[in-house]
Amino acid sequence: MAIFSVYVVNKAGGLIYQLDSYAPRAEAEKTFSYPLDLLLKLHDERVLVAFGQRDGIRVGHAVLAINGTDVNGKYTADGKEVLEYLGNPANYPVSIRFGRPRLTSNEKLMLASMFHSLFAIGSQLSPEQGSSGIEMLETDTFKLHCFQTLTGIKFVVLADPRQAGIDSLLRKIYEIYSDFALKNPFYSLEMPIRCELFDQNLKLALEVAEKAGTFGPGS
Amino acid sequence: MSRPAHRRPEYHKINKDLFVLTYGALVAQLCKDYEKDEDVNKYLDKMGYGIGTRLVEDFLARSCVRRCHSYSEIVDIIAQVAFKMYLGITPSVTCNNSSRNEFSLILDKNPLAEFVEALPAGRSSLCYCNLVCGIIRGALEMVNLAADVTFLQDRLKGDSVTEIGITFLKKLDEKKCRRKK
Repeated sequence: MAIFSVYVVNKAGGLIYQLDSYAPRAEAEKTFSYPLDLLLKLHDERVLVAFGQRDGIRVGHAVLAINGTDVNGKYTADGKEVLEYLGNPANYPVSIRFGRPRLTSNEKLMLASMFHSLFAIGSQLSPEQGSSGIEMLETDTFKLHCFQTLTGIKFVVLADPRQAGIDSLLRKIYEIYSDFALKNPFYSLEMPIRCELFDQNLKLALEVAEKAGTFGPGS
Repeated sequence: MSRPAHRRPEYHKINKDLFVLTYGALVAQLCKDYEKDEDVNKYLDKMGYGIGTRLVEDFLARSCVRRCHSYSEIVDIIAQVAFKMYLGITPSVTCNNSSRNEFSLILDKNPLAEFVEALPAGRSSLCYCNLVCGIIRGALEMVNLAADVTFLQDRLKGDSVTEIGITFLKKLDEKKCRRKK
């Protein structure tokens, strides 16, 4: 998947829509017997690996699932505490899946408003007036593309650095937003977008964009 | 009214008469609901405002207009691109005020009022197409421009042309003063 996520930020900096469309590749599932040779600790409502890196399981990875069922923060799906569960020899052998922890929706909200502030700073720093603001943020693993409309809504797409055609994708997302979110009479402006049609059409547009201009992995 | 073909691969044609009839039914119902002309005008303007705040994004997404640098550019774009896209007409633009804040759009043909002969007796100050004023006002407000939009002349009231006046007021957001439509 060459396009990783889409964020839509309203005028006030609040996140009104978010879509993740990538499967994290760094996940490892292994069966363990008592005693567990990894040191786990609780951090920020998640159970993370503190020591004992091996076999694709790295320090900082979180416990994502136990015996196939996803864990809920620091509790298993049944409501028991993960650390307690793993401390009891009666529950072994157990299969645990580790991986890079996903962002919670609160974290995404915070990151979106932080980006909104950075965007405003970027526009003010500009030596010329009427700057477009941050258009692209580049790292070695992804590129963040941002498009701000004349009305102040920002569309942010995170994609593979080699993915082309994101500019037209951003325009297309703007069209889809104006069609399926705004023309829905029951959608209030600046509120979180909960429109099925918007989701479906956005996913279609992402697929089309990926096929059209990708040089990413797997192709 | 049919939508312009470049918008989507398949486009739907809607009969213009259905649209005009719908608008007429709307105004007629409002007249039944409210005694005073000012109320009807006010509610038409309010409805138009809600439409304008949404329509502006559709307009900006589809027309690829660049950022404008003056009020006259903005009014030109409203007349030549927006009216053309949504109502199929191109009003002409005049500037009323020398301080460049008041403009007029002169419509020689008004599709919404095509089948209306004259306003009924007792409804002499009704602005039949006030929805359009509300739409323009809502759209401008979404790009941080406060404006007063009213009908200066109306063919339905006996004038020779239909004239919409746009007066730009102080900008809404001083900090974002460079962001104009």
